[in-house]
Amino acid sequence: MTVMNEPSGSSASGASRPLGPGDQSRGALGRAGGRRRQLSPAEAALMEEKVRKVEVAISLVLRVGVMLSVLVIAAGLGLMFAHHSAYLPLRGDVSYKALTSKGTPFPHSIASLGHSLAKGDGRGVVVAGVFILILTPVLRVAVGVVSFLYEKDLPMALVTLYVLAVLVGSFLLAGV
Amino acid sequence: MGLMTPLDFVVSLALISVAAGVLGSLIGLGGGVVIVPVLTLLYHVDIRLAIGASIVSVIATSSGAAAAYVRERMTNLRAGMFLEIATTTGAVSGAYLTTLLPARSLFIFFGLVLAYSSFATFRRRNVAAPLTVSNDRIANYFDLHGSYYDPAEEREIPYKVVGIKPGLGLMYVAGLVSALLGIGSGALKVPAMDSAMHLPMKVSSATSNFMIGVTAAASAGVYFMRGQIDPIIAAPVAAGVLLGATVGAKVLGRVTSKTVRLVFVVVLVVISLEMLQKGLLP
Repeated sequence: MTVMNEPSGSSASGASRPLGPGDQSRGALGRAGGRRRQLSPAEAALMEEKVRKVEVAISLVLRVGVMLSVLVIAAGLGLMFAHHSAYLPLRGDVSYKALTSKGTPFPHSIASLGHSLAKGDGRGVVVAGVFILILTPVLRVAVGVVSFLYEKDLPMALVTLYVLAVLVGSFLLAGV
Repeated sequence: MGLMTPLDFVVSLALISVAAGVLGSLIGLGGGVVIVPVLTLLYHVDIRLAIGASIVSVIATSSGAAAAYVRERMTNLRAGMFLEIATTTGAVSGAYLTTLLPARSLFIFFGLVLAYSSFATFRRRNVAAPLTVSNDRIANYFDLHGSYYDPAEEREIPYKVVGIKPGLGLMYVAGLVSALLGIGSGALKVPAMDSAMHLPMKVSSATSNFMIGVTAAASAGVYFMRGQIDPIIAAPVAAGVLLGATVGAKVLGRVTSKTVRLVFVVVLVVISLEMLQKGLLP
């Protein structure tokens, strides 16, 4: 773990110490950087515009996914309490522990999730909402692949594609 | 005092989750770092269900905070995506190790990881100036450098990135930890970016926020199939954390890097001690 303190030590390519402010040779390119050659101001402005569009798209994907999952989760919770009035009182005989112990039943496969949704079970609806939430980062990486291709940045597009492949693979390996 | 009913549980856990979301998105930790101890120590929920809920909270923090961050342009998407190569790979391997390890050793491991992270961050509490030159070949090839507008300092701050190789190594470990413990492993990601790769602290926090969601998603499928995502725990956690994370994301812009680091250190020390105690004195 000592590598953390010596970024230059173990890295073949080395590192540099802070030089203080002043040297800001590529400040104008800013975070829209990513090209290995200098761009003309017009090209840089165009690229900036493209990057901005991508950021807006990514942020939209996230917000829609997040809102949708919250709505579905809330609906599921509402259904659950509507079906089980014993859960509802602030003081009552039913402890939450019945629902959070190891053996408590809830859907944990696509098949059981389908059954649960078909029955209109609140817990199944909550799980579906959580599923939407889990998919938002995956969708975000997928949008990343498209956006790096759109910026004609092949190395980063490949990097993002690898991440997407591992994500999809992780779900397939799990048997979802 | 009567029993705590399911409604009491959902309401109280949702309120705690709002706080976890604010804190998590501010320091880049993902809220799991609060949710796991709250569920195990306060509600006495089984650690494996707590980890499943925490994976959900991590994704909620990440997605909730991200919309605001990306708009504020603090996240270094390129560096984050590049480092995800290592974290997602680590997460997939870690998700299969978790069944082999007993809960007590997980607690001790978690405690030690957090203690080390807090130490590494505290040592850098006064460092604010970013690098202006980098000869890291990987960082230059993929152009992982960037700049961000800092509302607290009211100026655009350009920075260079170094130490990609140690960064990748730490990120692999972070992915493993994430899958093993259900924390977003921001506890490791933030110091890796702040200390080893010299990204500015706020960029490290925002980029960690982006990454933790992707890393957590890589193990979420396994947790779901294994029945670790209990809906009555996941629902209040997801809703509360999402709300809190959007608030925390807005706060990050206005505070200084030093404040972010110090809050980060305090949170890590407290939770590290709790986890070590749980692991050593059951």
